[in-house]
Amino acid sequence: MSDLSPVTSGEDAQDPSDEADSSGDAPVGEPVIRVKAMTMGWGDFILQREATFTVNRGDVFVLLGGSGCGKSTLLQHLIGLQTPLAGSVEIAGLGERGPERWGEPRFRVGPPPFGVMFQSGALFGSMTVGQNLSLPLERWTDLPPDAIASLVRGRLGLVGLREFEHHYPSEISGGMKKRAAIARALALEPDLLFLDEPSAGLDPVSAVELDDLILTLNRQFGLTVVLVTHELESIFKIATRCAFLDKDSQSIIARGDPRQLRDESTDPRVRAFFNRLPRSVAEEARA
Amino acid sequence: MLRLRGSLRFADAHRVWSEFRAAALPPPSGGVVFDLSEVERLDGGVAALIVELQSAISCGDGTPVDLRGASADVAEILTLYGCQLGCERTPPAPVPLLTQIGAAAAEVLDEARGGLEFLGAVIVAWFSGLRRPATLSWSQIWPVLERAGADGLPIVMMFGFLVGFIMAFQGAVQLEQFGASIFVADLVGLTITRELGPLMTAIVVCGRSGAAFAAELGTMKVSEEIDALKTLGFDPLRHLVIPRILALVIALPVLTLVADVMGLVGGLLVGLFSLDLTPMAYIHETQGALELWDVTSGLLKSLAFALAIGGISCQQGLATTGGAAGVGRRTTTAVVSILFSLILIDAGFAVAFNALGV
Repeated sequence: MSDLSPVTSGEDAQDPSDEADSSGDAPVGEPVIRVKAMTMGWGDFILQREATFTVNRGDVFVLLGGSGCGKSTLLQHLIGLQTPLAGSVEIAGLGERGPERWGEPRFRVGPPPFGVMFQSGALFGSMTVGQNLSLPLERWTDLPPDAIASLVRGRLGLVGLREFEHHYPSEISGGMKKRAAIARALALEPDLLFLDEPSAGLDPVSAVELDDLILTLNRQFGLTVVLVTHELESIFKIATRCAFLDKDSQSIIARGDPRQLRDESTDPRVRAFFNRLPRSVAEEARA
Repeated sequence: MLRLRGSLRFADAHRVWSEFRAAALPPPSGGVVFDLSEVERLDGGVAALIVELQSAISCGDGTPVDLRGASADVAEILTLYGCQLGCERTPPAPVPLLTQIGAAAAEVLDEARGGLEFLGAVIVAWFSGLRRPATLSWSQIWPVLERAGADGLPIVMMFGFLVGFIMAFQGAVQLEQFGASIFVADLVGLTITRELGPLMTAIVVCGRSGAAFAAELGTMKVSEEIDALKTLGFDPLRHLVIPRILALVIALPVLTLVADVMGLVGGLLVGLFSLDLTPMAYIHETQGALELWDVTSGLLKSLAFALAIGGISCQQGLATTGGAAGVGRRTTTAVVSILFSLILIDAGFAVAFNALGV
C-alpha cells in the first residue's frame, strides 16, 4: 500500500481544526487516512461539521462519543459507503475523494485497500463461514482452490473458529460472527482495518478476547485499526489515539490519547464520558 | 382542583386518564391544580400519564398547572418522567390535503426516478460486464436458475394443465351448442400459447421468485450484507442483480414452453373424455390452428416478463430501508409493481402485434 505524503506531528498540530487535540505526543507513523474538513449529514440535517483528523500507520484509532453523534456514520464515510456534503477523505492506496469524485470507478471497482467489520458482522447468510472468507479470495486472487481453502482455514484458526468453517452464520454465536467477520475483513491481507463496535453486545470474556485479537493484529501484523466503540475498558486497553465526536456542537471536540484525555481534558463533556458521569453533570459543568 | 389519592397502580391508569382528562381539558381559566398529598404510591405508568396531562394542559395556551402536595417518593417518580420541565412538545399541525397530495406525488416521482436510475445502472453494468466478463458473477446464475426454474417446474406444470383444462371445459359448453366441439382445440391452442401460458407462468414466477428476490436482497440490505459486499470490492449489480435477471431470462421461456405443453394436454383430456374427440383429431386440429409464431410470440413475451420480474424485484430489494417492516413493505411493492407491469407489457405486445398484423 502506498502512503500519503508524510505528516509529522508538528504539521498535524498546525492544522487549526486540530486545536482540540490534547495529546502532547502525537504518533510518528505515516498518515494512512486524512480527513479534511468533512461535513456529513442529509439535506439540511448536519451530523458533523468540518471533521478533520489524521490516522497514522500503526494507530489503533477510536472514534468515540455518545449515542447518535455520528460515529458509525463517519466510519461509513471513511469506507466510501456514504458521500459527505463537503470536505474529503484521503486513504493511502486509494487517493483523495470529495463529494464530486465520490462515484468514480477507481473508488468502486477492484479490491479496496482495507477490510471492514460491520456492527452485526454482516456475514452472508446463504454461505458458510468458510465460503464467506473464500469469496473475496476467489474474486480477487488467482490462487488455486486448495490454496484458498488453506488460507481460509488459517484465517479461521487465527480467530479461533477453525472448527466452524462449515457452519452457517445462523448457527454460530454473536461473538463468533464478529470474529468471523474480522477474519473475512483480513482475507485480502489489508494494512488497514475498520471495525464498527466490535465488542458491542458481547459478554465480558468474548469482549476481552476480541480486544486481544485486535491488539495482536495491530502489534504482530502491523495493522492500522480504526474502530467505533464506546466501551471504555476496550478504549483504554487498545486505543493509541481517538477522536471524540459531540452531538450538540456537531464537531470533534477532542483528539489524542484517550488515557490522557481522561486525566487531563478540561472539557466537561469529555471528562463526563470517560468518567461515566450522567449527561446532566456535563451540562451543568458547561453552564 | 383535581385530587388524586391512594395507591395508583398501572391497573388504575385507564380510570385516571379518562376521569382527569375529562376534568382538565379544556383547561379552566386560572389554571389547574393537581393535589397529590394523599397519593401513597405512584406507578411509572400513571406518573407518565399525569406528566402527559400536565403537558397537554399547558401546551395549548400556557395554562399554569400546579402539582402540589406530592411526597418525596412521588415527586421523584414524577421528576423522572420529566414533570415540570415545561411544554416539551407542540402537537403536530394538521397537514393540508393539497400538501398530502403533493407529497404523495413527489414520492411517486422519487420512486420512478429511482427505478430509472436503477435501470440505467443495470444497463451500464451489463455492457461493461460484457466487455470484461470476469467481472460478472456467472457462477451465481446456476443456484438462482435452480430455485427459480427447476424448483418451480411442478407448480408451473400444474398451473398450465389446469388452465388448459378449465379453458377447454368453458369453451366446450359454448361450442357444443353449435356442433363445433372440435374447435376447442383451436381455442385452447391459441389462447394458451399466445396469452395465458406466458402470462400465468410469469404470475407464478412473480409470486415465487420475484417476491423471494425482493425479500432476499431486502434482508441483505438491512443486515448490512450489501455494504459488506461493496467493501469487499463487489458491485451488487454485477454480483446479485444481473445473475438473477439472467437466470429468469433463461428460466421463464423454458417454463412457459412447459406450461404451453401442459395446457394443451389439459385441453386434450377434456376433448377425449368430455367431447368424445379422438386424440388424432384433437392433435390434428391443434396443429392446423397453431403456427410457429403463436408459440414464439408467447416466448418473446416471456423474455420481457423475465426482465420485468428480475429488474423490479431486485430494484425494490436494494431500495429497502427500515428493518423487517421495510422488507415486508418492499416485497409487497415488488409483487404489486410486477403484476401491474406484466399486464402493461402484455397489453403493449397485444397492440404491437395487432399493428404489425401478426
